[in-house]
Amino acid sequence: MNSKIPLVIGAALVVAASLYFGTRNIADLPSFGLNSGQHLPAPQVTVTDLNGQPLSMASYRGDVVLVDFWATWCDPCRQEIPHFVELQNKYRGQGFHVLGISMDDGPRPVREFYETYKMNYPVAMGDAKLAERFGGVLGLPVSFLIGRDGRIYARHVGETDASVFEKEVQQLLARPPASGL
Amino acid sequence: MFKSTDMTNGHICSFRAKKLGFLLILGIAMPALLHAASGPQLIQPAELAKLLQGPESHRPLIIQVGFRSLYEQAHIPNSEYVGATSQADGLKELHKRVQALPRERFIVLYCGCCPWSHCPNVQPAYRELQAMGFRNVRVLYIANNFGADWVDKGYPVSKGN
Repeated sequence: MNSKIPLVIGAALVVAASLYFGTRNIADLPSFGLNSGQHLPAPQVTVTDLNGQPLSMASYRGDVVLVDFWATWCDPCRQEIPHFVELQNKYRGQGFHVLGISMDDGPRPVREFYETYKMNYPVAMGDAKLAERFGGVLGLPVSFLIGRDGRIYARHVGETDASVFEKEVQQLLARPPASGL
Repeated sequence: MFKSTDMTNGHICSFRAKKLGFLLILGIAMPALLHAASGPQLIQPAELAKLLQGPESHRPLIIQVGFRSLYEQAHIPNSEYVGATSQADGLKELHKRVQALPRERFIVLYCGCCPWSHCPNVQPAYRELQAMGFRNVRVLYIANNFGADWVDKGYPVSKGN
């Protein structure tokens, strides 16, 4: 009888964890923190960039990724983009990537914007299904910071100061790929 | 001398007539100018939600002037999508949608893409309807975004196209 107690406790923990994580939504993510247990895995999606190249979230595993939902006509989005270009330049060598997801209705203005702003990271066209995989994008911009372990460590809604992103990127890059995996 | 005086009186009459005409035009135009200068007439989310529960005859035509994927994820029931009205295509669609409507039609515009002070879509949409002669137009005041100020508040939502 006693030998069954650890099994029962284990099963109860598994059920509790399933219920906890199963009912949580990315949109309910807590603010930035490094305890990987609090952070949901990023959705395993594949998108197609403006050049027609497929980009899989799985291919970024082991690196830090900033996923930015934006639109060309969105002023706060436009304010953030030069900072993302800068971050991409500064931390590319350390395994940092920015992935832009445009929520424009069509790619034409996005291509023009890409050239004008000299964007140096891939941009894909987003839609409602993709947005829902990230817990819903019901306002712009929305950015997610994904750690080397493939978990989402931060969700920023609205224009966010560049220094906040940089600090978080530095913290996530400083973590060895093995930790939290 | 007499003739001269007559001419002077004529000038005075003509000047007075012009002045009166100017004041008349100003009197007619001023309310419209003040209306335009004061910015959009707002409606708060709670007030609109209440209207949605009321009789159909009191409900406004609700038009979303933001982005398609936002509309597809969540929109106000029975609202219609025209596209981002900061873009020429969106404004064109808006114009097309309302062109045949009576100018007293109650219309509510909303976006919710971004915080109110940054929204690039509602002002052009409002100005377009004003220019078309619509006088019963209100803009839904969304302080932060549609998610935070409508969906998360528990107001009614529809999904899809």
